[in-house]
Amino acid sequence: MCNNCAETSQYWDSFEAILANWNGEDSQLIPILQQLQESYGYLPEDVIERLAKRTGIFASKIIGVATFYSQFRLEPVGKHIIKVCFGTACHVNGAENIADALCHELGIKIGGTTEDKAFTIESVACIGCCSLAPVIMIDDETHGRLTPETARTAIRAFRAKEA
Amino acid sequence: MKQLIVGLGSCGIAAGGLKIKKTLQDLVLTSNLDVSVSETGCMGMCYCEPMIEIRDESGQRSIYGFVDEKKATEIFESHIIHGAPLTASLIDPDYLSKQQRLVLWRCGAIDPESIADALNMDAYVGLKKALNSLSPTEVIEQVLAAGIKGRGGAGFPTGLKWKFAAGYDAEEKYMICNADEGDPGAFMDRSILEGDPHSVIEGMIIGGYAIGARKGYVYARAEYPIAIRRLKIAIAQAKEHGFLGKNILNSGFDFELTIKEGAGAFVCGEETALIESIEGNRGMPRIRPPFPAERGLFQKPSNINNVETLANIGWIIQKGAAAFADFGTEESNGTKVFALAGKVKKGGLVEIPIGMTIREVVETIGGGTSSGKALKAVQMGGPSGGCIPVELMDTTIDYKSLAETGAIMGSGGMIVMDEDNCMVDIARYFLQFTQSESCGKCTFCKIGTKRMLEILERITEGKGVAGDIEKLEFLSHQIKANSLCGLGQTAPNPVLTTLQYFRHEYNDHIQKKKCTTHQCKTLIRYNIIAENCIGCTVCAKKCPVHAISGKVKEIHHINQETCTKCGICKSVCKFDAVIVE
Repeated sequence: MCNNCAETSQYWDSFEAILANWNGEDSQLIPILQQLQESYGYLPEDVIERLAKRTGIFASKIIGVATFYSQFRLEPVGKHIIKVCFGTACHVNGAENIADALCHELGIKIGGTTEDKAFTIESVACIGCCSLAPVIMIDDETHGRLTPETARTAIRAFRAKEA
Repeated sequence: MKQLIVGLGSCGIAAGGLKIKKTLQDLVLTSNLDVSVSETGCMGMCYCEPMIEIRDESGQRSIYGFVDEKKATEIFESHIIHGAPLTASLIDPDYLSKQQRLVLWRCGAIDPESIADALNMDAYVGLKKALNSLSPTEVIEQVLAAGIKGRGGAGFPTGLKWKFAAGYDAEEKYMICNADEGDPGAFMDRSILEGDPHSVIEGMIIGGYAIGARKGYVYARAEYPIAIRRLKIAIAQAKEHGFLGKNILNSGFDFELTIKEGAGAFVCGEETALIESIEGNRGMPRIRPPFPAERGLFQKPSNINNVETLANIGWIIQKGAAAFADFGTEESNGTKVFALAGKVKKGGLVEIPIGMTIREVVETIGGGTSSGKALKAVQMGGPSGGCIPVELMDTTIDYKSLAETGAIMGSGGMIVMDEDNCMVDIARYFLQFTQSESCGKCTFCKIGTKRMLEILERITEGKGVAGDIEKLEFLSHQIKANSLCGLGQTAPNPVLTTLQYFRHEYNDHIQKKKCTTHQCKTLIRYNIIAENCIGCTVCAKKCPVHAISGKVKEIHHINQETCTKCGICKSVCKFDAVIVE
């Protein structure tokens, strides 16, 4: 939960903008959660509570849906997301070694966030770029045909570019 | 006018295709030549992305692969300015000539964001024929006669499905496209949506007309942003051209199409789970009957088809059922699209007539293994499928023959494995996937897959015990028999097929505590052979965890406790001094 900004109107502006499209049908729940996550980076508890109040959908159902689908996050994440593909093609081409190298480079485990909140590493089932396996994505940028070494280089280059 | 076309499917973009397009645009601007630069979807040759195609005035195609910005400039100067193709960089057109592109025939040939391109290549001709000259019943008869089976994996006859949905009388019905391609290692549907979205829209409208639905949904994976964007553009264009909306082509038939983005759940590829998800619920399968044809989305009669199935429909209606039946075998008509990947030299999107052998696809089209090592197995059907060993490579690709091997046709994932792949590890990999994707509704699937995974994990860690194989078999049969949906019913297949064909590998792990392929990390260790080590220090410098000690010109040593078994030392040693055992 974002305690610091919860009371500011800015925090709720995007909530209101997204809720303006609500037509009262349950089938809109997933698209609304997707938009909220897009805006907040994750689904904060106070946002879910307010969503429940405003739509009349029980918070338990919203949490149920949010925890069922892998896209939704209930915890904040780092500024940049590294997705390590664990699709079959990547697996047979050594995805695990790539993941190990990245985790070691950043000092975190899969699912973890670096202390400076710069990176979160996630595993994904398949990015679909199987012919470039093994593949990772740093935000929207795809890096393919990796070795553990080039995966480390990619992160270092990304960091250097950011700095 | 010469055309420069850059392949911008997901693979092309990931490999850097956008930069190539920009480079070419700049070159054309400065050269002042009358040359166009455009983009297309997946050309199918993903292995050599990024790619440039040059189409000259007569339509002659030259395809360049493995292009970077420097090479793009060279190609432009030589081929466009001086008229001299860089023959050494051209891609062997054999890759395509051995295929039969029926579903994919516009993919990679048109700009997917241009409806004019699609219309030039017969898009919506089938729709016009259906609405202007066929009754809904006649459309269903055509699809039935074509004998097309669902391309999503299960292989149920599409015409029959339509007939059932048409048979229920209701004011509201729904036509649904399943674009929730969740199999890891499969990208056929994504490529179709990215490369030729109109083919899917056309199939949806014809299907809606046939079953009497006026509303359609495309349920697409949120992980496919490019496919969704291009589909949105295509839907808007189809509306402008009067293919969607009210009174389509003056036939009195109305149809509208909405995209629903999935949120990441493999089980939503199962049709009743998909319906639950569109309704805004957790995607858990329903008990059938009632089948969706009777009571599906919002409790109304609904019909669900996969992307590739729908992409066939326009062609079938346009050219007729008999023309379609010319392709394939007696048992299964038409073609099938496969995502050829894994350890294969030329991976990509491959469309073949049903009835080709696995060997022809992997060796003749795919060029054999990428490592040059011996082919060991081909995994077909993803987490629901199985591993077909090299001895059975001459199996023909049709629904029946593949089922006899224990694998399935599946949605089209085809993963090549060489002798370095551990089959117990592959089984563990798929079980881990299905276990984490099990929705939890059926006890046997929820708990059974968990127990199976635990057993497989301990086997790969060298802690397997006598009786483990029998337990795996017992659990497999229980899970298959007692799960509601396809996920559970097929989840044990990767284990059963590897047990059938590679049982000795399980025995090696359990009895000898050995992984002969050196894939299971707990069972291997890296060592330096004293006789070969000259003390060059390269391995020590490259070791990311500083597990290697030794001074210049002295024999090096690996600290087993720190070693993470990443294998970098072995790959950098020029003296074969690092061994894995």
